[in-house]
Amino acid sequence: MPAALFTFLWGSLFMSSDLMLLALADGVSYAALLFMVSLGLTLICGVMGIVNVAHGALYAFGGYTASYFTLMAMGHAPSTFTLFFCLLGAAVLVGLVLGTVLETGLLRWVQMRDPVQQLLMTFAAFMVLEDIQRLIWGTQPYSAPDIIGRLGTVNFFDVTYTAYQLIVIPIVALLSYAGLLFFLHFTALGKQVVAVTHHREMATALGIHAKRIGWLTFVLGAFLGALGGAMAAPTTSMVPGAGADMIVLSFAVVATAGMGQISGALLASLLIGLTRSLAVYLAPEWEVAVPYLIMVMVLLMRPNGLFSVAQARRI
Amino acid sequence: MIRGLAWIGFLLCFALGLIFPWSKTPLIMALCYGMASLGVAIMMRAGQVSFGHALYAAIGAYSVAFMARSFPSLDTFTLLLIGVLGSIVVGGVVGLFVVRYRGIFFGMLNLALSMVVFSMLGKLYNLTGGTDGLRINRPAFFNQTLERDAFETSLLLLSLFFAALLVWGIQRYFKSAAGEALAAIKSNETRLEYLGLSARRILWNAYVLSAALVGLSGALFGLVQGLVTPDIGSWFRSGEYVFISILGGSGHAFGAFLGAGVFEAVKLFAAAYMTGVWQLILGVTLIIVILLAPDGIVGLLQKRRAAAGAST
Repeated sequence: MPAALFTFLWGSLFMSSDLMLLALADGVSYAALLFMVSLGLTLICGVMGIVNVAHGALYAFGGYTASYFTLMAMGHAPSTFTLFFCLLGAAVLVGLVLGTVLETGLLRWVQMRDPVQQLLMTFAAFMVLEDIQRLIWGTQPYSAPDIIGRLGTVNFFDVTYTAYQLIVIPIVALLSYAGLLFFLHFTALGKQVVAVTHHREMATALGIHAKRIGWLTFVLGAFLGALGGAMAAPTTSMVPGAGADMIVLSFAVVATAGMGQISGALLASLLIGLTRSLAVYLAPEWEVAVPYLIMVMVLLMRPNGLFSVAQARRI
Repeated sequence: MIRGLAWIGFLLCFALGLIFPWSKTPLIMALCYGMASLGVAIMMRAGQVSFGHALYAAIGAYSVAFMARSFPSLDTFTLLLIGVLGSIVVGGVVGLFVVRYRGIFFGMLNLALSMVVFSMLGKLYNLTGGTDGLRINRPAFFNQTLERDAFETSLLLLSLFFAALLVWGIQRYFKSAAGEALAAIKSNETRLEYLGLSARRILWNAYVLSAALVGLSGALFGLVQGLVTPDIGSWFRSGEYVFISILGGSGHAFGAFLGAGVFEAVKLFAAAYMTGVWQLILGVTLIIVILLAPDGIVGLLQKRRAAAGAST
């Protein structure tokens, strides 16, 4: 491992600048996708205290539905805007439907239980959804790259990269980030969400409908997870198991940042996304392991994640 | 009552293996799953759920594979011992770090470590054979070279012996001072420490014990399959262990084996009649168990027994 680490560092010093830029572009686009999914996960985690394993299934459903919508739209000579709307619409639909089903159908029943049982409940939901997804869309790879071709490419320095991945995905990610922050800090409804996070009983006593806030948070988080999948759909082909890969990765992001840390998740996604794409170019065999190594190292030094505030232990 | 059930179950296992020779491999696998899930159940008694214990199955199985390659004359029993020792060593070192964490961080840290090892096993082709895995040639069984069928029968007997020994031993452990202290980590860790006991120390002991159990199961698994692939350390396998220990319940050491029996039966049934929706069946079962019987099958049995005791 020290040898590999050495190659990695040595290589990143001397790798050609083109390759470096390419790795950077890959990293940014990947980090943006990762961030959208992690944002949903960390929101649900922060407000409801549930680590939602089924989030991976939401990502996959978002991706599949977006591809499906795009393929349907392609029959009617759609404009670029329509294609983009297909992606967004898929995310809204999946978030609203699956989010509601998961929250009211399953999680509400274990609300007062042990966190472990809540976690297992979402794990069970994940298994069920994986098979349902396989029943609906089969095991063939599913992809709809049409929007990428429409938007063309951009050149920066000497590197050519698709505009969709380099500009559209990061912008959507930043918009979701800004939108979420605005919602939580500057709207009455968002402030209610924050209030429920801080003290559920007190918030209820003040007349906040905590159940409805719970539903809203979950649907919002589910939408963000599905949005990550929908935005990813044109760039990769959806295959069974895509959700599982994504959920473990976004866990790594959320744990690295600290549970419920929204701005922290942005930095952690960038850290993990960029390091991973550097690893793809420099030490491909370490690609899968890199995010977890980062997470392990961060947790060893800061047991509650990079950006979390230390909490007093409750007796 | 559960102890009686355990005897009946293990004897039934043996009889089934003798009557239907095809059932030997699934039975051994069910016993392997049982041992590994018992390991996970130990941690669950402390309220900690590990989503990465398949790591130790991989360590056990790959130690066996490496040793069997380098020293083909090694005996089955020696190989198993090596597998267990390997996972004890790794579990001891990893345990030093992970026992400092609780709840979701404990689970995630275990998951991350197992993912690192899992991906390395798949990538280091020269050492581990990549995703194709490593073949393990059938080793001698107490200095006797056996045919496949006889070897499987012997392995079944050996696994049953281990399983029975483990149910007895681990149940004793659960009821010992150390085991009760372990359960106290779940109910109130702060008070436990006020009693002068180190929660980390107790958890570390339990962690090493659970790593040893999962390692043993991995080593057996490798031997009965004759092949080790990285899949044995995948996070999904860890999830299955958690599933089984929830299904069986951690109230009694036999719970894990009960859960594993049901799990393997459902798996065989689903593979035969409902291919493709196997995960769906598992998921729905898990939801029903959590909603209706959060303490697992063992919890149901114990509750019935308590109710019967109250009425008479």
